[in-house]
Amino acid sequence: MKTIYSRTIGLTDRDTIFCPGCTHGIIHRIVGEVLEEMDLIENAIGVSAVGCSVFAYDYFNCDMIGAAHGRAPAVATGIKRVHPDSVVFTYQGDGDLASIGTAEIVHAAARGEKITTIFVNNAIYGMTGGQMAPTTLIGQKTTTTPKGRTIEGCGSPIRISEMLSTLECVAFVERVAANSPGNIRRAKVAIKKAFEAQIKGAGFSIVEVLSSCPTNWEMKPEEALKWIESVMMPYYPLGNFRNWKEGV
Amino acid sequence: MTEKLMKGNEALGVAAIIGGCRHYFGYPITPQSELMECMARELDKVGGTFLQAESEVAAISMVYGAAAAGSRVLISSSSPGIALMQEGISYLAAAQLPCVIVNVSRGGPGLGNIQPSQADYYQNTKGGGNGDYRTIVYAPESIQEAADVMIKAFDIADRYRNPVIISADGMLGQMMEPVDLMTPVKEKRMECKSWALTGTRRRREKNIITTLYLNAEELEGKNKELKKKYDLIEKNETRYELYNMKKPVFIVAAYGTMARIVRSAIEILKNEGIEVGLVRPISLWPFPNKAFEGLPDGVKGIAGIEMSMGQMIDDVKIANNGRLPVFFYGRTGGMVPTQVEIAKWLKCVIEGVENN
Repeated sequence: MKTIYSRTIGLTDRDTIFCPGCTHGIIHRIVGEVLEEMDLIENAIGVSAVGCSVFAYDYFNCDMIGAAHGRAPAVATGIKRVHPDSVVFTYQGDGDLASIGTAEIVHAAARGEKITTIFVNNAIYGMTGGQMAPTTLIGQKTTTTPKGRTIEGCGSPIRISEMLSTLECVAFVERVAANSPGNIRRAKVAIKKAFEAQIKGAGFSIVEVLSSCPTNWEMKPEEALKWIESVMMPYYPLGNFRNWKEGV
Repeated sequence: MTEKLMKGNEALGVAAIIGGCRHYFGYPITPQSELMECMARELDKVGGTFLQAESEVAAISMVYGAAAAGSRVLISSSSPGIALMQEGISYLAAAQLPCVIVNVSRGGPGLGNIQPSQADYYQNTKGGGNGDYRTIVYAPESIQEAADVMIKAFDIADRYRNPVIISADGMLGQMMEPVDLMTPVKEKRMECKSWALTGTRRRREKNIITTLYLNAEELEGKNKELKKKYDLIEKNETRYELYNMKKPVFIVAAYGTMARIVRSAIEILKNEGIEVGLVRPISLWPFPNKAFEGLPDGVKGIAGIEMSMGQMIDDVKIANNGRLPVFFYGRTGGMVPTQVEIAKWLKCVIEGVENN
């Protein structure tokens, strides 16, 4: 008998806290696989954030630290400056990265900090119970926008990948999605490229992953995956925004 | 002995490097910018790293990362900047990460001004971060003492895995004094920090540094573990100086710049035949309670004198435990009282007590 599929050694065997149908688990898995396949587990130091990804330190099978809300890129900067030969990554959600941690992510990117950020965008605050995020779409109902988000009251959702790709010292930016087998495969390729950019010393790298939150979107898991494609993708188009190799 | 005339901020920077500091993160603010500039210039020469952060909030988180990675790391700021760092300081204390923080304090509250002040006593010793935690706080009174305290601060921080704050008001930061930094210091052998994040390098299980404990019993246990450590620090690291304690009729409690001025006031009163002793806390936390327990017979009262509206006086009252009457004199907002002003006030208070 031949084993054709098993748990990646990039992840520990801890049970995750994620709700049924949430794609955080898939994203964890592909990051773990990339750590394993690129032989980075022994050399990696990960920074977890605050929100649904708060327990990432228990799941990734490498040295890990939990940062204060939004500060993961600053914590990663401190680590990388002490151990420049290590591979340092942050795993952050959209409340953490695009709201309270905006300054930290923008300046880590502007400095060309040689770290990799996995940015999980599900357009809502999951852990705290479904409040509006800076990435919440216009019209989207949340517990703090019960009638739907309006431009008049809240402005427009932030496109982080587009914004960061304008910075000179950013090596790699790509937006992917975790809503279909094909997109998950493409997400994994992008995550690999992001780590490669760090290892080659090219600068800051980030992969934004569109992710589902069936619980707080109040949808069935299958509907949530469709919602990523039909509602999120038109506003958050998939694709590469910056790639140092090709000089884009 | 080779003495060099140095500005307090620069002496702190050079002493930090002698103490083994190899990483610095900070954000410009008056009156401490010379310390930051010194680190930008000097760290490079010893293979260290200087980084100017986008904010104090980010800078202290960079310290959190660098300390977790095992480095001897320094951060400096002044009052409003330290206010912004309280989040990170709470995390550092919770995760038991060593680092040294310098607060060259200025007048407050709010944006205040850039004149010397001791109005950050609460901020330094009680903290503004969340939770049950303590920071070790040293308050030198001269540039030499500031340098000496700084050299040892990294050892203390590492030994207890705890942030150490050096409280130096704007006066100490800005003035120049002769400093002897040539005292040969034994080459610091960095302790093996088995808890640090280095990558497992196929040598050990993964390390996790976290401050999250959702289980209440577990979190209470963590707090008890911290308390045990804080008790040990109180036992081992309480530092103070007693001055003119032969036959005082009165005691002054003062620290830092204020203590220096009080010394001069004590001389003025001595010439008038009034003996006043000084208790000078060097560690503000742990506070030297025991210095107030065995005061000589004949002491009729204690005066707290501070460049604030009265902050350390709370700890003086706790230490005094109701034994003697306690008085307070303070100037604030960047006002520095003169020795004549203090001597006059003390004389008046002492006469009042003696006539009662």
